[in-house]
Amino acid sequence: MRTHFTPIRIFYYLILAAMAVFFLLPVYMMLLTGVKPLSEVDLKTMWQLPTDGIRFENFIAGFRQLAPNIKNSLSMVIPAALISSLLGSFNGYLLSKWRFRGSNLIFTLILFGMFIPYQSILIPLVRFMQFMRLYGDIPGLVLVHVIYGIPITTLIFRNYYATISTEIIEAGRIDGANLFGLYRHVVFPLSPPSFAVVIIWQFTQAWNEFLFAVVLTNQSHWPVTVALNNLAGSQLVQWNVLMAATLLAALPTLLVYIFLGRYFLRGLMAGALKG
Amino acid sequence: MSHRLKQALPNLILALLLMAASLAVIIYLSQTRLRVSGTDLTSIGLLLGGLIFYAGVIVIVRLFENETVLTIALLLPSIVAVAVFVYGFIAWSVRVSLSRWKGLLPDFTYVGLKQYIDLSTDPRFMIDIRNTAIFTTGFLLGCIILGLGLAILLDQKIKGEAIFRGIFLFPMSISFIATGVVWGWLMNPATGSRITGLNLIFQTLGLDFLISRWHTSAPPWGMAFTVIPAVWQLTGFTMALYLGGIRSIPEEVREAARVDGATELEIYRYIILPYLQPVTLSAIIILGHMSLKIFDLIVAIGNKNIRLDVPGIYMWTTTFDGTNYAQGAAIGILMLISVAILVVPYLVYSMRTEAQI
Repeated sequence: MRTHFTPIRIFYYLILAAMAVFFLLPVYMMLLTGVKPLSEVDLKTMWQLPTDGIRFENFIAGFRQLAPNIKNSLSMVIPAALISSLLGSFNGYLLSKWRFRGSNLIFTLILFGMFIPYQSILIPLVRFMQFMRLYGDIPGLVLVHVIYGIPITTLIFRNYYATISTEIIEAGRIDGANLFGLYRHVVFPLSPPSFAVVIIWQFTQAWNEFLFAVVLTNQSHWPVTVALNNLAGSQLVQWNVLMAATLLAALPTLLVYIFLGRYFLRGLMAGALKG
Repeated sequence: MSHRLKQALPNLILALLLMAASLAVIIYLSQTRLRVSGTDLTSIGLLLGGLIFYAGVIVIVRLFENETVLTIALLLPSIVAVAVFVYGFIAWSVRVSLSRWKGLLPDFTYVGLKQYIDLSTDPRFMIDIRNTAIFTTGFLLGCIILGLGLAILLDQKIKGEAIFRGIFLFPMSISFIATGVVWGWLMNPATGSRITGLNLIFQTLGLDFLISRWHTSAPPWGMAFTVIPAVWQLTGFTMALYLGGIRSIPEEVREAARVDGATELEIYRYIILPYLQPVTLSAIIILGHMSLKIFDLIVAIGNKNIRLDVPGIYMWTTTFDGTNYAQGAAIGILMLISVAILVVPYLVYSMRTEAQI
């Protein structure tokens, strides 16, 4: 069927374009405000293009504000994503290829952990972390992200491994490979796409997470979300710097989305269970 | 038998070495503290020690050559972690919610359902329930209507479909905090000479009737405006769900309907929309449980403004600012119950249908 530019189709494009404007407006505003020199920052002219060229002083000021927190976030997110993916891969392998009586029940019980409001475990968690002396610092936050990441990472890997045909597994077993051998020689080599999905998903989740971060870390170890929220609430920071800082705080996950969007989307859809 | 023992001996020695080494590490760490450049890693070290010990146990379990036992043994760390951190902590929270713990020192004196009964007459909690209801309704309607609409539009052989999809979906990768901060500025309620943000656009375009006080409007309307950033963030996700559903309908089905003389509109009305019902159910469950838990977005927009209060924020402030742990736990458990009512039937159903395969 050939498509023509009939009036109704032009109307479709108009709606889509209007929606695109709605979605891009906040980013446009952040960029526009961010690149204006301090002298041109005025609430009345916030939508006007800079008249005197593009400057980066707001981004530099924003980066100065958030640099320690970006470092905190990175040192928390990278180990959390890597450990989560390894754990999820092994769990997913066992729960899809080595099923036993009750394994589906165990999987469902694990999965429930993905949906709970974390407010319902927050008080015991804080007490426990204080008792373990993991309270206030990054390693504790990594541990928390790994543990509460078990459901989603297990789910993504389990669903992926379920698509590996049983024949390959059976053939491997006849060749004498045991549980570990099958994982190392058959399943793991097929896993890189899933690792990409899970690492990217956990990276994004942990980077964007706020509740655990605000409750479990002290000020010198705040990740970027907590620092940004604090910056927004303070009267000391000008709003143009705040907008530049917000864009900087969102940039890592935004870049991941732009360059690795395919994998990000698959993680997103896995969260929708079987849809 | 002695032959088997001889074969197993290297593994047995390995296991014992692992266990001995890890025990030494654990005993050493529990007596001194491990600090690396100011960070206390004692507990992490103990955890690693425990894992090495566990590796020794696994080596021994392997010797029995029973694959089911080995599988369960390998899953055990995750099972224990979830059992403690999810189910154990929920049970602990329930116990706290049945106490009168207020203040920094734990007080587990049993007071029955007192916290829950108090909450049922607490005006602030009533505001929270009303706000959650407003937010959930607006959020679900907004995401589902816009998401379905965009999915249908993108299904019309649109040029540049991938670009539009990319634009609609990118907010999913941003944190609720960043979204809240930016939209808080766009929805600036200032008027007169300080008018700015979206209101300024409306004024410039001569659309003065659209100028609004946004999230600072009088209750309950202020809460309704917090739906806008939430819809901005999750419409793309809903659209992707629907688009996946539409694309999974075989083209022959549509073709057959066309041959039977159905118009494109009828095809949507009688074939595609009914087919998408399970997708709508998924969307309702996923978006609904997010909205019952909504927290960081509202924190970033409302800055703990009582008019925009939701249970998640009440729990946070009453526990960590007011040190009313018992009440905080009760709110947390009520949130859990509301989410469980939505999610548990879905999980049980998923497990049942899968068991049949």
